[in-house]
Amino acid sequence: AASAPKPLPSSGPKSLREMPHPLATSSSEEMGPALTPSPDLLLPRSIADKDLSLPNGTPVDTSSPASSSSLLNRLQLDDDLDVETRDLFVTVDDPKKHVCTMETYITYRVTTKTTRAEFDLPEYSVRRRYQDFDWLRNKLEESQPTHLIPPLPEKFVVKGVVDRFSEEFVETRRKALDKFLKRITDHPVLSFNEHFNVFLTAKDLNAYKKQGMALLSKMGESVKYVTGGYKLRSRPLEFAAIGDYLDTFSLKLGTIDRIAQRIIKEQLEYLVELREYGPVYSTWGGLEVELSEPLEGVSACIGNCCTALEELSEDMTEDFLPVLREYILYAESMKNVLKKRDQVQAEYEAKLEAVALKREDRPKVPADVEKCQDRVECFNADLKADMERWQNNKRQDFRQLLMGMADKNIQYYEKVCVT
Amino acid sequence: MEDCLAKKMEITVSEAEKRTGRNAMNIQETYTAYLIETRAVESQSEGHCAPVESLWRRYSEFELLRNYLSVTYPHIVVPPLPEKRADFVWHKLSADNMDPDFVERRRIGLENFLLRVASHPVLCQDKIFYAFLMQEGGWKEMVNETGFQLKADSRLKALNATFRVKNPDKRFTELKHYSDELQSVISHLLRVRARVADRLYGVYKVHGNYGRVFSEWSAIEKEMGDGLQSAGHHMDVYAASIDDILEEEEHYADQLKEYLFYAEALRAVCRKHELMQYDLEMAAQDLTSKKQQCEELATGTVRTFSLKGMTSKLFGQETPEQREAKIKVLEEQIQEGEEQLKSKNLEGRDFVKSAWADIERFKEQKNHDLKEALISYAVMQISMCKKGIQVWTNAKECFSKM
Repeated sequence: AASAPKPLPSSGPKSLREMPHPLATSSSEEMGPALTPSPDLLLPRSIADKDLSLPNGTPVDTSSPASSSSLLNRLQLDDDLDVETRDLFVTVDDPKKHVCTMETYITYRVTTKTTRAEFDLPEYSVRRRYQDFDWLRNKLEESQPTHLIPPLPEKFVVKGVVDRFSEEFVETRRKALDKFLKRITDHPVLSFNEHFNVFLTAKDLNAYKKQGMALLSKMGESVKYVTGGYKLRSRPLEFAAIGDYLDTFSLKLGTIDRIAQRIIKEQLEYLVELREYGPVYSTWGGLEVELSEPLEGVSACIGNCCTALEELSEDMTEDFLPVLREYILYAESMKNVLKKRDQVQAEYEAKLEAVALKREDRPKVPADVEKCQDRVECFNADLKADMERWQNNKRQDFRQLLMGMADKNIQYYEKVCVT
Repeated sequence: MEDCLAKKMEITVSEAEKRTGRNAMNIQETYTAYLIETRAVESQSEGHCAPVESLWRRYSEFELLRNYLSVTYPHIVVPPLPEKRADFVWHKLSADNMDPDFVERRRIGLENFLLRVASHPVLCQDKIFYAFLMQEGGWKEMVNETGFQLKADSRLKALNATFRVKNPDKRFTELKHYSDELQSVISHLLRVRARVADRLYGVYKVHGNYGRVFSEWSAIEKEMGDGLQSAGHHMDVYAASIDDILEEEEHYADQLKEYLFYAEALRAVCRKHELMQYDLEMAAQDLTSKKQQCEELATGTVRTFSLKGMTSKLFGQETPEQREAKIKVLEEQIQEGEEQLKSKNLEGRDFVKSAWADIERFKEQKNHDLKEALISYAVMQISMCKKGIQVWTNAKECFSKM
C-alpha cells in the first residue's frame, strides 16, 4: 500500500506543466502564467474505469443531448482522457476595475486555447464580468437540464460586510470563476455547448445575448420541462440514495464550515493575547542585565508566532472556506437537478399510464411517449455519469483541500519551530 | 558552595494528605498535611542506606518557619513559599485550595522551598530549621521560645523609615526599584500567559469537532470514507494533546511565580536597611542636638531658638549648680550616644556588607534559574510544535489516501 498519490494518466509520469502545449510553435512568446493550468486539471484516472450504463444494462453514450431518441455520436467519450488529448484550455485572470457613469464593476480576462474544430481560431482572449458568467450558467441549465452544472460563487455580497473591490475578494472570486470554467471545459458534453463557445469567443457578448432565443430554437436544444402536476410513482433506489447522500453531505459541509470559522475566530483571539504577551518579555528584558538577551529572544519569537498564525488564518479564510461553500452550492444545484429528473420520470410514467388506459390497438407507442421515455433514460444516464465524475472530482478537490489545510498547519508549526 | 545541609541530606516533600482537626479556636477544619522525608546521604558506603526519617507538617507551619527565618536573618534574601491561594488561574484551572492539581503543585513548591533553604550557606545551619525537618513534636513551642516575634520590626515603623530616611545606600534604593518593577512585570506576564493559555485551549478543543464531523461524513462516503475517518481520529488526538501541554506550562508559571515572590523578599532586605539607616540617622541627629545643648549650656550662648532659652530668658537663668548637673547628664548621654552611634554604624556597615553579599548570590541564582526556565519553556514550545506537525502530517497522509 503505497502512500504516494495516485499516478497520473498512463502517458507516463510527465506532469502537465512539462508537456509542451499543442500550439507551442505558433505562440510560445505569449505563453505567460495564463497557460499554466491549475492543479485541479490533473484529471482523475477513474473516469476511464467506470462503466457507464443504464439501469437495464444497455451501455450508454453519455454525450447525448436530451432532445432526440437517436443518440448523437458526434463525440465518443475518450476512455483515456489523457493530457495529450486535451484540446481545450481555459483560464480566468487579470481582474480589472471599470468605472462608468452608471456603475463600477470588475471584468476578468478569459483566455482560450484550443484545437477543436468547433472553434474558428486557435486562441481567444475576451473580457467578461460576473453577469456574463451568470448568464452562461443560466443558459447551460436551460439547454442541458439533464446535466449537473457547476456552481458559481455567490452573486450578491452584503455591502457593509465585504468590500466588493478588495483584493482578497476579487482574487477569491477570480479563482472560483476559473474553477467554474475549467469544470465546464472538463465536461464531455457541456464543453461543446454552443453558448459556452460564444462565451469564450464573442467580442460582443451582449449582442449575442439579445438574439438568445433565436439561436436556442435553431439548435433544437430547447426542452421545456413542465414543473409540477405529476406525481412520482417510485424513485429508482439509486437516485433516492443520491438525494439522501446530498442532503447529508450538505449538512456535514455546513458543519465543517462553521467549525472552520470558529477555529479562525479562536485563533484570532489567541493572536490578540499573544500580541500582548510578547512585549512583556521585552519590558522585562529592559529591566535585567544578564537576562535581557534571552528575554528579548523570547519576545521576538512570540512576535514571529503571531505573524505565522496570522498567515495561517488568512490562508484558511481565503482558500479553504470558499471551496467548502462552493461544494455546498454545488450540492444545492444537484438536488435541483434531481428534482427535475423526478419530474421527467413522473411525466413519463403518467403518459405511459395514459396510453395503457386507452387500450388502443395502435401498434406503436405514440412518439411523444417514446420521447419521454428517452428523456428519462437519457436524464438518468447523464445524471449518473455526471455524478460519477462529480464524485471523483470532488474527492480530488477535497483531498487537495484538506491536504492543503494540513500543509498550512504544518507550515505554521514549522515556522514557529524555527523561531 | 560550602558545606550545606542539602549536600548531606536528601530532603523531599513526598506526599500530601487531607486531614481534619480542631484548630486553636476549637473549630473543625479541613487542611492538607505534607509528608517531609529526610535521609542522610552516606558519602561512601554502598548498600548502606540510612533510614528515612519522616514527619508531617502543614502549610501554616511552613509559614511560621519562614517568618522566623526572615526576622532572624534580616540580611538574607529568604526563599519564598509557594502561593497561599491559587492565583493567575485560567478557566480550566481551579482556584480551590483543595483541588488535587493545586495541592500537587504546592507540594512541589514546598519541597523547592526546603531545598533552597537547605542549600543556603547561612540558613541551612539554623537549628530551628533542622528541627523543622527532624522533630515533629514541640517544634512550634521551640520556635516561639526564641522570642523572634519580639525582634520583628513593626510594619508601621518600617514604612515610616522608608519615607523619612535621608541617606540610604544607593544600591539598596536601586534594588528596591528593581524589585518593584520585577514584581510588576512578572505579574503582568503571568496574567497574560493565563489568558494566552485559555485561548490556546479553545483553539485546540474546537478541532475536536472536526473529529466528530469527519466521522459522520465518512459514513456516507465510499472511497473517501476511510481517509476521513482516520483523519478525524488525528483531530481528536490533536484536541486532547493540549491538556498535557498546558499542564507542563504550569510548571513554567510556577518557576516565574517563585521569583515574583522573591521580589518581596528582596524588598524586605531593603526595608531593613532603610530602617537601620534611619535609626542611625536619628541617633546621629539626637547626638548632635545633645552636643549642641551641652555647648549652649556650657558657654551660655543660645545659638538656636529653643524653648529652654525662652524660659530662661523669661524666668531667669538657672543656678550654676543646676547647669553643672545638666551638663553632666548630657555629657553622660553624649558618651552613651557616641558609643551607640559607633555600634549602630558598625551594625549598619556589617548589615550592608553581608546583605549585599547575599544579594549577589541571589542575583546569580536568579539569572541561572530564570535562564533555565526560559530555555525549558522554549523547549516546551518546540515540542508542542513538533507534536502539531506530527498530527497534521498524519492527517495529511490520511487525506492523501482518500
